[in-house]
Order: sequence, then structure tokens, then C-alpha cells
Amino acid sequence: MLQPTPFDVAIIGGGVVGCAVARHLTLAGAKVVLLEKATDILSGASKGNSAILHTGFDAPPGSLELACMQEGYQEYIDIRTRLRLPILETGAVVVAWNDDEAGRLDQIEQTARNNGISDVRRLDRNELQAREPHLSAQALGGLLVPREHLIDPWSAPLAYMLQALANGAEIRRSTELLSGQFDGRDWRLATSTGELAATTVVNCAGLYGDIVDERLTGQTHFTIKPRKGQFVVFDKAAARLLGTIILPVPSERTKGIVLTPTIFGNLLVGPTAEEQDERDRAGVDTATLESLKQKAEAILPALAGMPVTAIYAGLRPATERKEYRVRHDVEQHLITIGGIRSTGLTAALGLARHVGRLWASSNAHTPLADPVWPEAPMLAEHEERDWTRPGYGEIICHCEMVTRRELEAALDGPLPAGDIGGLKRRTRAGMGRCQGFNCSARLASLTEGRFPVPLAVGHCHD
Amino acid sequence: MTEPTMTEPANPLSVDVAVIGGGPAGLSAAIELKRRGIGQVVVFDRDVEAGGVPRHCGHPPFGLREFGRLLTGPAYARRLVRHALQAGVEIRLNHAVVALHPEGHLELATPDGRIAVRAKRVLLATGIRETPRSARLVTGTRPVGVINTGALQAYVHLQGMIPFRRPVIVGTELVSLSAIATCLTHGMRPVAMVEARSRPTARWPLALLPHLVGIPVHYRTEIAAIDGDGRVESVILQKQDGERTTLACDGVLFTGGFVPEASLVRLSHLTLDAHSGGPRIDQFGRCSDSLYYAAGNLLRAVETAGWSFREGRRIAGYIADDLQGSLAKAERLIPIVPGRDIKLAVPQQIALPGLLAGARTIELRVEEASTGHLDVSSNGRTLLRKPLSALPERRILLDLKALGLLDDATEIRVEMRP
Ligand SMILES: Cc1cc2nc3c(=O)[nH]c(=O)nc-3n(C[C@H](O)[C@H](O)[C@H](O)COP(=O)(O)OP(=O)(O)OC[C@H]3O[C@@H](n4cnc5c(N)ncnc54)[C@H](O)[C@@H]3O)c2cc1C
Ligand SMILES: Cc1cc2nc3c(=O)[nH]c(=O)nc-3n(C[C@H](O)[C@H](O)[C@H](O)COP(=O)(O)OP(=O)(O)OC[C@H]3O[C@@H](n4cnc5c(N)ncnc54)[C@H](O)[C@@H]3O)c2cc1C
Repeated sequence: MLQPTPFDVAIIGGGVVGCAVARHLTLAGAKVVLLEKATDILSGASKGNSAILHTGFDAPPGSLELACMQEGYQEYIDIRTRLRLPILETGAVVVAWNDDEAGRLDQIEQTARNNGISDVRRLDRNELQAREPHLSAQALGGLLVPREHLIDPWSAPLAYMLQALANGAEIRRSTELLSGQFDGRDWRLATSTGELAATTVVNCAGLYGDIVDERLTGQTHFTIKPRKGQFVVFDKAAARLLGTIILPVPSERTKGIVLTPTIFGNLLVGPTAEEQDERDRAGVDTATLESLKQKAEAILPALAGMPVTAIYAGLRPATERKEYRVRHDVEQHLITIGGIRSTGLTAALGLARHVGRLWASSNAHTPLADPVWPEAPMLAEHEERDWTRPGYGEIICHCEMVTRRELEAALDGPLPAGDIGGLKRRTRAGMGRCQGFNCSARLASLTEGRFPVPLAVGHCHD
Repeated sequence: MTEPTMTEPANPLSVDVAVIGGGPAGLSAAIELKRRGIGQVVVFDRDVEAGGVPRHCGHPPFGLREFGRLLTGPAYARRLVRHALQAGVEIRLNHAVVALHPEGHLELATPDGRIAVRAKRVLLATGIRETPRSARLVTGTRPVGVINTGALQAYVHLQGMIPFRRPVIVGTELVSLSAIATCLTHGMRPVAMVEARSRPTARWPLALLPHLVGIPVHYRTEIAAIDGDGRVESVILQKQDGERTTLACDGVLFTGGFVPEASLVRLSHLTLDAHSGGPRIDQFGRCSDSLYYAAGNLLRAVETAGWSFREGRRIAGYIADDLQGSLAKAERLIPIVPGRDIKLAVPQQIALPGLLAGARTIELRVEEASTGHLDVSSNGRTLLRKPLSALPERRILLDLKALGLLDDATEIRVEMRP
């Protein structure tokens, strides 16, 4: 029987890391396939995060995490115009709210400088108030990190994947990796939609990283311990109350609760850090959301009475250890990018380069001479959105100003939205203050017959 | 925050009155303005059709007082639009107002590009919406099938689709009952109705509806959690005493909890009233920028279409007076301050001169059921005290005339007392 030519690389998982790896290896000249078990990409850890492009000022010095964050940061800046990806240059301030925290700012500043972030600067109480006049007067001062910025957490990975696809990669969604056999040269992978062969496997399975390693090799070198983070998103009217990301003085376990503008023009508070066993379900709860709201109001008293637009939760693929769990099994042609806990949005492009180097060390390849650069949807509030250009047809979602043209584009093309979540992430439809009061029926009709979980369950005759 | 780069259209469109929102309030105002001889009156609506919320309320009762007959929402909306067009009102659809500026300067999005409008006066009539699950901070996963009544009505009446078959309905307002009617007539069977209060919010005998059709109503009960991975699979109900039960269902309908659609106001130079959630107005419907007026449900949640219609017409009269030079400029403003148990007061201030030349009543609502005396005072002096038993979401009208001349009042305090 004639075997089809194996792919050079099979990537397991379409989170931000898998998408970035797919892009990088495709541009490096590899024939890539990405397998994603969900109906759309970005359905795992990458579904809900704080969307901060981190400098790495507080990352463990000398770590792979720091290196990947810094490399990823730089590459984002380098490629973002060509992929039409936005950035909201806010800067961040680590704010001290008591003397103990104020005392720890020195240490944080030192780490930042050691990590090569030399533009950090202390702000005294007055400088801080001058920069953020609505900030609570309780703030004692802080450390300004000028290059902590905000990006679009969904359009960025989507753009990476779109570029991979435009340059020859393939994607198989609703395709779960079940098991694998390595024959000394290639992998034969069994998936929920059939078999395929690939020379190298890159495990980017996020919250399932340990399970995928086990399915491939019968063993795993780490254990995922999902850590939930809940968020509250305030109305767009809140955005003018704050221009800078407000970070707490971090603890060992978490970066702590952040109050930040978003690239979509809202204000966001979160995330919490809650250990749980479940890898799929990220629920929210009233008491925690209330406390987040209170926390936000304590930081920014003018937020009192501000309407809440949205609530959500994300799961970090944390492990029993703090660091990234990256492993290259040269013999078995297996690269595992595991435990990309809380900095993966920033580090993804850097991790992809890291994978590229590991892969290139044992695979001959010729980078694409003249790759295609597709453009991502532009959803940033401070950029020209689609509705500002004539010919959009109709605005379907008024809260987020989403046009019919944008929705049709998101349901079309090489990577159409695979479920309602994917459509929201590609367009923001239904993510605004009315949460679909006005537009969900239109969305139901526009997406009829497309999604495995449809918005409407049937028809009626009026 | 960086503002979007505004490519200013060269020639702003100049109009006498720009009405934002073509629901009952906006359309009736526009008709009245034309009747009063105002030149160019343009209604801008962001939707594909005018008529506002009644467009997707496929049920009566609408129009009894305006048109002397009982109409369904869509029929009522069509009739309103027809009257407006006959009166010479220009209606521009697919025109979303995206920003309000001083001097009657508006920014709009249209499918042909952005436009700017310069209006001598602006009437805001952007209506209301319901409080979604997110703003209620409800526990659980976030599956498909959790919506508001407005969306349900649009599924059924505009798209011919149904969003679920066995929903749990949260709330017992009037709109919750209309949701039951919509469900039952379109192949959906609500499995239960849930109300946090100890009694229905809607009036008797309407509140009997769920009992008549055999839908269990759980009072003093809240949704403790929503569960489901793709679509809603169940909810956990929790009674005030802590008792929990799981109920299988395939949707959750959050009804009511109306809030003014005041985003434009919130993002503008106009003052917002924290109590009502709408713009702050005086008895003429004038906002903090006196070129701007507001009417309809935007002022407070929630009134009937008929009330909004009449309010729009009345406030249009003041706008016409204003344009024709017969409305006095405010020399002094007396704020009306909601005190104990009072949720909101509309208008929020009385402009002098003209005490009785505008709205003759102040509209009040209570937060929760309250019995005792309504106490109206000014600078510590009682102006009025009357027994009152009030329920939430019901309008209470306070007669301005009964308060005296208010010549030396600097504020009017309204509160419930034992
Ligand atoms: C609350 C929170 C806040 C955060 N804030 C930030 C921030 O501000 N800045 C920042 O840089 N980072 C942030 N992060 C971190 C970032 O979101 C994560 O590091 C990143 O999303 C991890 O991506 P991933 O691709 O490794 O995993 P995932 O996104 O989980 O992707 C893995 C994919 O693999 C798929 N999969 C699993 N098993 C299989 C299988 N057997 N077969 C096929 N497919 C499979 C899954 O469906 C999933 O789509 C935050 C994270 C959280 C949770
Ligand atoms: C589900 C439901 C059922 C109801 N049932 C009944 C009933 O049976 N009987 C009854 O009397 N009342 C009923 N009501 C109440 C009634 O619909 C309202 O009282 C009435 O519609 C209020 O009129 P309005 O003009 O203030 O606002 P709306 O009718 O809400 O109209 C507002 C208009 O403004 C437009 N708009 C908003 N923002 C912008 C913008 N930025 N730019 C341009 N246009 C904008 C909207 O598109 C809309 O057309 C119901 C309401 C709901 C939600």
C-alpha cells in the first residue's frame, strides 16, 4: 500500500503556542499540519487571558521563559504591521499600597534591570497621581515599566495561523490526537478523524500537554495543574479613567490581580488564581466576581457604579513547577512545549523560534523566500475599525460596532469561525454591553447550519 | 486613551432637530415637531427599520391610547412610522450615532461612511435594554442559550427561530410574562419561573399567567449556577433559606432588569444620573447641555410604549417652544435628591423660571416594596407628607404643584419614612 508522504511536522494543539509554532516552522520551510481537538483554535488556555505583552521585567532571571518572552515581544513588534496587528502602548506601573510593598519595589526594580529592562523608573506618589489622576490616593508610589503593552489576544494567534495556512500549512480541527507510534523515522498518529504520518511531533497541547505526551510515549515528565483566573470587564466608559496597566507587587504564586485597559476599549480586572482539577471548564462565581469588582473600585474609586460588560474565566496550564516544561526528545522526534502557564501570549513567537532552532538542529530545510503576509481582522478600539470604511452593509452588533462585512469575512476564508466563541473572538460580536440583547438573533440566522452548537435550536412559524 | 482618528467629513449635515432613536418616543416627538412647524426634523436610527422595540413584540397591547385600537407591536411600529413619514419627518435608517458633542454636533456611522451632523437641538430617545447574565454576575459556565427577552422576541418575530425549548425564566416583570406568552405560542415550554423577591413584580391579574398555564414559579429563589458545556444543560436553584435543587433545562432567559441604553450619554459631555442610569434632565426634558433633550425609556426603566409616546410628544413641544423662543432659559436649578428607599426621580432637577410650565409631576420609583410615608422636604422643611405603599418597578407620580412655589428651595429631598 502506498503511504502518503508524511508531514515534516505535526503540531498538537491550536492555542497561541501551536499557532505561533505552525507559522514559524512553515516559514522555515517545513510541511506542517496542526491538529486541534476543538471546533476552533484558541479553545483552551488561550481563550481567556489578560492580553498583556510582557517585557519580562519580573520573570525569573536567566530562564527560558524570560528569553522566549523577550524574543516573542521583539518579534511581535517586528511583524505586527505586516500582519496588521494592533498594540496599545500603555506601560504598566507596579503599585505599592503599603510600606511592606513599597519596600519590595527595590528588589523588583533590580530584577527588571538584571533582565535587561533598563527603562524602568520609580514613580513617587505625586508622579503616580499625575500620571493616573483617578487612582486611589492610597497608592504610595510604584515602579513604571514603560514597555508593558496590550495586544489583541485572539487576532494575534489567528494571524499566526492564517499566515501558516497562506504559506502551505494545513489545519485539522475537531481532530483529537489519540495515540502515536514512532517507527524510528516517522510518527504514525491516530486521531479522532483518521491516521496521518509526520516526521516530528510538537506537543503544544496546553492544558492537555501531559496527557498528549503520555498518549505518544507512554510517559510524561510533568503534570498539569489547571489554575483558573476569573475576570470582570467594565463598560467602555471606564476606559477613560485609566491609561496604564496597574500591577500589584507580585507574590510567589501569581502575578496577582491586575487592573488594565484592554485593546478593545474596556477596562478589565483579574485574574484570580484558583487551583482546580478540571481542564476544560472555567466557571465564574458570583462571590469572586463581586470581590474583583470591589478590588477594582478600591484601586480606582471612580469605577463605583460603572456597569459590568462581561465576565469570563481562563485556565492556566500550570504544572507542579513554576518554569516552562520544554523538552526535546531528539531520538523520538518529539518536542514538548508544556506548562506555558501565564506568559504564553507574549512568549509564543519566542517559543516558536526556540522550537525552530531545536527542529533545525536535526532537519535540513530551506526557509520560504517570499512568504505571503495575510492581514488579521482589526478589532482595536484605537485603530480604524471596519465600520469606519464605507460599504460595510450593516452594523449587526452595535455595542462593539461589528459589521456584516466583518461577520461574513469571519465565516469565510481559510479558517472560518468554527463555533460561536470563535466568531466572537474574530469579530467581537455579542461581546459588548448588551451581550446579544440586540444582535444574538441576527447572529443565529447568519450562522445557521455552521456551528455544532447552534444559537437557535429550531424554527417557528410566526 | 487614544481617540480613533476621525476622518472628519467635509460638510456636516445641518438640521433643526436631530432625533436619535426611532422608537415610540423618538417618532412621536418628530411628528409633534413637524406639527409645530419645525423645518428639518430627522430621525436617525441604527437599526434596519424604525419603530424601536415594539417591532419585535409580536403581541398586544400597543396603541390603545395613541391610535384608539389594540395593535400588536409590529403593527404599532409600522403605524408610527407611517404617521411620521406623512408628517414630513425624515427617517434615516442604518444611521448609528456614535458620539455626542457640544453645540449639537453629532458623529454617525452609515454604510456609506461616516457623517457629521450639526443640529440646533438634539433629542435623545435611545430606549432601554435588559440586564444580561454578565452584569448580574451569575455563577457557572458560560454555555449557549443564556439570553434576554429582547433577544428572544427578535429570534421569534424577526428571524422565525427559537433559541431553546425548555428555558428557565428569571424574573416576574411584565416582560417576563410576555416571554411566557412568546414561548408557549412558539413551541417552547418554560420549565420554571424564578423570582428573588417574595411576590411577583408584575401586577395582578397578569401575574397569574404562569399558574394558569402550569409553569411553576419559585419565589425567594435565585439561580445559584448555570451549567452546561456547549448548550445549557441545567441550573441550580437556591432558595433564600439555602436549599438547592438542580433543574434540567436547555436555556436561561433573564427577563427585565431594564437599564437605559445610555452609552452615548455616558461617553459624552452630558451628565448621567447614577440613580436612573439615564441622562439628568429638568422638567422640560433638557439635559445638562441645554441643546440636548431626552425622552422615552432612556430616561428610566421601564415604561410602556404608550407612555414613551406621550412623553416624546410632550418634550417635543418644549423643544419647539425653545426653537421658537418661548422657553425660558434656566436661571436656577433645584436638584431632586432621592433619599431612603427611593431608587430614582425623573426629572432630576427643576429649572426656574417655569416651575409648572413643563412636566407637572416628578416620577419616582422605589428600590424594594415599601410602606409608610412619602416625605418631600426642602432644606429641612417638609413640603409634603403622604401615606404611600409602593412596589418596585411601578411608577409613583408626585404632583409638583403640591410642593408650593419652591422659591427659596436649594434642593428637594424625597424619601420614604415610617
Ligand atoms: C487568566 C490568565 C491570564 C493570562 N494573562 C496573560 C498575559 O497577560 N500575557 C501573556 O503573555 N500570557 C497570559 N496568559 C498565559 C497564556 O494565555 C497562556 O500561556 C497560553 O494561552 C498557553 O497557550 P498554549 O497554546 O500553550 O495552550 P492552549 O491555549 O491550552 O492550547 C492547547 C490546545 O491544544 C488542544 N488540544 C489539547 N489536547 C489535544 C489533543 N489530544 N489533540 C488535539 N488538540 C488538543 C486544546 O484544545 C487547545 O486548543 C494568561 C493565562 C491565563 C489563564
Ligand atoms: C421584550 C419587551 C416587551 C415589551 N412589551 C411591551 C408591551 O407589551 N406593551 C408596551 O406598551 N410596551 C412594551 N415594552 C416596552 C416598550 O417597547 C417601550 O416602552 C418602548 O419601546 C420605549 O420606546 P423608546 O422610543 O423610548 O425606545 P425604543 O423602542 O427602545 O427605541 C429606541 C430606538 O433607538 C435606536 N437607537 C439606540 N441607540 C441608537 C444610536 N446610538 N443611534 C441611532 N439609533 C439608536 C434603536 O435602534 C431603537 O430603534 C416592551 C419592551 C420589551 C423590551
